[in-house]
Amino acid sequence: MIEFIREFLSYPFLVRALISGTLVSLCSALLGVPLVLKRYSMIGDGLSHVGFGALAIASALNWAPLYVAIPTVAAAAFLLLRLTSDSRINGDGAIALISTCSLAVGVIVISASTGMNTEISNYLFGSILSMSPGDVRLSVCAAAVMLVLFILFYGRIFAVTFDETFARAIGVRAGVYNTLIALLTALTITVGMRIMGSLLISGLIIFPALSSMRLCRSFRGVMICSCTVSLICFFAGVAASYAFALPTGASVVCADTAAFALLSLIGALLRRNRA
Amino acid sequence: MALISCRDLCLAYEGRIAVSSLSFDVLKGDYICIVGENGSGKSTLIKALLGLKKPVSGEIVYSDGLKKTEIGYLPQQTPAQKDFPAGVTEVVLSGCRGAPFHTRAEKRAAAENMELLGISDLKKACYRELSGGQQQRVLLARALCATKKLLLLDEPVTGLDPLVSAELYRLIQRLNDGGVTVIMVSHDVDCAIERAKKILHLQTVPLFWGSACDYADSDTGRRFMGDGGDD
Repeated sequence: MIEFIREFLSYPFLVRALISGTLVSLCSALLGVPLVLKRYSMIGDGLSHVGFGALAIASALNWAPLYVAIPTVAAAAFLLLRLTSDSRINGDGAIALISTCSLAVGVIVISASTGMNTEISNYLFGSILSMSPGDVRLSVCAAAVMLVLFILFYGRIFAVTFDETFARAIGVRAGVYNTLIALLTALTITVGMRIMGSLLISGLIIFPALSSMRLCRSFRGVMICSCTVSLICFFAGVAASYAFALPTGASVVCADTAAFALLSLIGALLRRNRA
Repeated sequence: MALISCRDLCLAYEGRIAVSSLSFDVLKGDYICIVGENGSGKSTLIKALLGLKKPVSGEIVYSDGLKKTEIGYLPQQTPAQKDFPAGVTEVVLSGCRGAPFHTRAEKRAAAENMELLGISDLKKACYRELSGGQQQRVLLARALCATKKLLLLDEPVTGLDPLVSAELYRLIQRLNDGGVTVIMVSHDVDCAIERAKKILHLQTVPLFWGSACDYADSDTGRRFMGDGGDD
């Protein structure tokens, strides 16, 4: 076991992936709770497809991928939130529209510039090799900002998530918090999709939150449990991917699925005992 | 002096006029019931009183030491809250504005309000596992954390059985006796006349505004009660 860990840590690219992956898991676990509870689960999926389109265009033009992707995804997050809060446009439809459209653009750009190759597969399904030292620095900054914001505004985030109208009525500026969550989601997704892949990154956001909601009975409990589950599943997934040469993103999401099944079972047993 | 006075208020909802030429005053200690059919502008009026909707014309003036954000609102429950994992204490505390951390005073106030509403024994319980009546009490305690001046209750007894409703009404009456001003929106006209001091009957325009006794004798009141009695 110790030998396995030492061998793993001897590769700098694996250490980089581990650091930023851990931080991204933590961020997405935190964000996932308000997103799932506000019925915004699909926003993560939609945004990751936008991220795919943006990465494709950036690499075709030879620009720094994250500097193109982050503003694009942030703009899309802002737009999606506006659309879903506007009752005249169907939120589900808007997300599907934007996500498939970006995917299509991304595929066309990639096949026109470099041709269908491993690059497209890396974008779609993620690669543990893809984290540069710059990406690591970015994910450290993003995670630090997120943690500070979540601790400072924990009460407000709960109030706005639980009952937006009431929160507005007592003078909480709910719009600011919604925008903040959308922007942080955009940031987390863009950083995380390099490892996890744009098709799988949304699993990192929704699974830990949904799993802990099976078990926990308070918001604080869900938050803490969600972070724990997310970290454990990430390490388990990466370890499995390294040991058996499996794709990283897919292994992590499979670990998350197993955790969901396990926690659902425990939750059901606990409920039966209480009843 | 009025806590809230509405002057010639005109409100729109999705581009259509929902409330017009409405003037009324909310005095300290009042117990006002707003009645009217669905689509009569009650919900729009609530949003406007909470400051979430700008009037098309006219004005709402808050005075006598009341700020716009000092209205304790008891909303109708949303479907999302039905499976929301939240502890009772967490929900009650979310009525306090204090950010980033809840002070000891706020925690004490939350405990007092739970005591007042008889839900102290539920403080460790999970909100989604409570009965409808208990959930309403939790939300009422949250509203009291936001303010002790004025409560705005939106259909507080919807979905509750008669016994639980009567208990909730008694609780609201007790709060009102203790000096909390109450504005309640309700379908239940009979109950409204029995308990409220004043009635505002809204049908886009105000059909009646005055004391509950006068309402029972008015044409509007008799007609509406007749309709209400059938179902």
